[in-house]
Amino acid sequence: MEMAGITPKERMAIQRHHMLEQDPDVRNKNFSEVNLGYTVELAKEEALRCIQCKKPLCIDGCPVTINIPAFIKKIEEGDFKAAAAILKKDNALPAVCGRVCPQEEQCEKVCIVGRKNAPVAIGYLERFAADWERENLGIQLAEKKPSSGKKVAIVGGGPAGLSCAGDLIQMGHDVTVFEALHEIGGVLIYGIPEFRLPKAIVKAEVEGLKQMGVEFRTNSVIGLTDTVDELLQEYDAIFIGVGAGLPYFLNIPGEQLNGVYSSNEYLTRVNLMKAYDFPRSDTPMFNIEGKRVAVFGGGNTAMDAVRTSLRLGATRGMIIYRRTETEMPARIEEIQHAKEEGVEFMLLAGPLEFHGTEDGWLRSVTIQKMELGEPDASGRRRPVPIEGAIEEIPIEVAVIAIGNGSNPIISKTTPDLNVNKWGNILVDENTMKSSKKGVFAGGDIVTGGATVILAMGAGRKAAKAIDEYVKNKDIW
Amino acid sequence: MNKIIEARFLAPDIKLFKIEASKIAQKRKAGQFIILRVHPDGERIPLTIADSNSKDGTITIIVQGVGKTTKQLNTLEAGEYIQDLVGPLGKPSDIENFGTAVSIGGGVGTAIAFPTAKALKEAGNHVISIIGGRTKELVLLEDEMRAVCDEVYPTTDDGSYGYHGFVTNKLQDLLNEGRKIDFVLAIGPIPMMSAVAEVTRPHGIRTVVSLNPIMVDGTGMCGGCRAIVDDKTVFVCVDGPEFDAHKVNFNILTKRNRMYLLQEKVSYEHYCKLERKIKEEVEV
Repeated sequence: MEMAGITPKERMAIQRHHMLEQDPDVRNKNFSEVNLGYTVELAKEEALRCIQCKKPLCIDGCPVTINIPAFIKKIEEGDFKAAAAILKKDNALPAVCGRVCPQEEQCEKVCIVGRKNAPVAIGYLERFAADWERENLGIQLAEKKPSSGKKVAIVGGGPAGLSCAGDLIQMGHDVTVFEALHEIGGVLIYGIPEFRLPKAIVKAEVEGLKQMGVEFRTNSVIGLTDTVDELLQEYDAIFIGVGAGLPYFLNIPGEQLNGVYSSNEYLTRVNLMKAYDFPRSDTPMFNIEGKRVAVFGGGNTAMDAVRTSLRLGATRGMIIYRRTETEMPARIEEIQHAKEEGVEFMLLAGPLEFHGTEDGWLRSVTIQKMELGEPDASGRRRPVPIEGAIEEIPIEVAVIAIGNGSNPIISKTTPDLNVNKWGNILVDENTMKSSKKGVFAGGDIVTGGATVILAMGAGRKAAKAIDEYVKNKDIW
Repeated sequence: MNKIIEARFLAPDIKLFKIEASKIAQKRKAGQFIILRVHPDGERIPLTIADSNSKDGTITIIVQGVGKTTKQLNTLEAGEYIQDLVGPLGKPSDIENFGTAVSIGGGVGTAIAFPTAKALKEAGNHVISIIGGRTKELVLLEDEMRAVCDEVYPTTDDGSYGYHGFVTNKLQDLLNEGRKIDFVLAIGPIPMMSAVAEVTRPHGIRTVVSLNPIMVDGTGMCGGCRAIVDDKTVFVCVDGPEFDAHKVNFNILTKRNRMYLLQEKVSYEHYCKLERKIKEEVEV
């Protein structure tokens, strides 16, 4: 089989194309995007690497089953508009997902080319097509079915809610998204920093949904402003995608000291409230300039927080993690970027206590050094404290990034909505139906903290089930 | 955007706003608050809902100009708009018929105490209100309190009006007179709330304070407002804002509220400079 005068063997021999990025020593002082994206030439060359498998495994590796070979083919042919249109069919936010999906765990993990060479850079290509469309044509709207006259309320304007809204509006339903904060996007707006995901891109993709007809109501805390039961009187169905937004703390002495932040607060101040632009924007934050910052945790949030610290002028940005780098849940690319930018990694180390000044300001943390012991229930080797190996590290700022739980506002005000002991909403895995008729749920509020694309996959699955339900309410 | 229906100064730097917010007006209960943002680059600040009218769909807030955002807010007039306004947030006050309830408000804290005092009265309590101010013009809402309470005692630190002394002195006097007090609500500056807690502690009187930590989202997603109550960490925005005064660690609350003193000053000076520049340009 030969395509475009080039054999599959020749395709597989082409080396993966790196994306251009800002120089580490420059980018660690600004908030502009680190990855600069493919040029038209690089994108077309990378697209050549796809061998257009007959039974593409990459599609199954994608939680929203994008037709990956088809859109890559269009890039190879130089028809970027068509490539973007193929993406849009399955993904409401391709420019976002191309940037923040952990492709190495999903589509690219199963890419056949990756068996002998590096996998095709599917994420980079997705991002390229979406960016090209936005920059050259503006956001193109997907096709919409005639109005069904049915109304669906979406609670939470994060990735799950947005993908659910995107699908439902295409199916012809009236969609209203209720968001507690003053901006739409959830973690895409308050959590993931500008240098990884420019806010203008999120806003453009949300604007596309608005033009499709999705109504957005910000400053609406469902459970307080309106309850789920009240929404059910007005809407035919409800999708709850409120995420996992309740920060866990370490529960060690000294956590109340000034300078100790949850990653949610730290990142919300910087990203949503633009504290890096203080005093032009009003929200202050601790003056990080010349300070030592320790971030506790090993996920993407921890990397985002520590890299933010360096950009705010910290002299030291440290990741303190109780296991080793292998166990870190953060994306390899993010760990790599953090290292290049000068982040220090203190591994096999757990915090014991924060120490402060008389006035209540953080001055140091004591750390317990660990070694790896026997595997635990999760199969990972458990970190075990090394007796007497304790170190005090002077720091002025600490950021706790050890995960989030579910916010209880909705479950407390909706007693017949079944949740598990962690407060996650219980749903049918195939239909995302909750215990309450007409109410569906998906994303982190169901799974606990996971990824953007899994939340979007859940939103799409729910949209399909909601579509069936509002057309025939007997099928609950 | 929420429209301002009425705006008037109650005292120097203390302004009352009636704002269109029909949903909040229908839902809110005494003790709850809102978070607002004045403009697109603005910060989010919490303010207690002092009153509401579900018929005309308005809520009332009372704002003391203490820094950049509140001073800027206090320049707004009727007909202008608030960029963002979200609520009602926090748990409503625990209202029962306790018997005799004393509501203590210090400064603008009286505006926060007012809705709860009103609710206590509606629940059948004999309500005594102590309104503290540094000086006469800072004694707020006396008429409004008189309309909903059985007894009202204004106090001033300098003796320029009413009882000469602190609110705690007046409360102590009532106890010394042998008045039976079943419940005390104290809202105002931290030293005042902490002092009230010490007056009632020996008598074992149930005492509630409304805490005022720094907040960002106000929905429980960041923990910026965390405080120590009964040796445990609480998030004031969702677990409060009202707590048992005898269990609150006021010392830590005081320290945490000083977190941004320096930046607050920078922000205010930056704002004043901009205001001056705008004025000069208008004059030229």
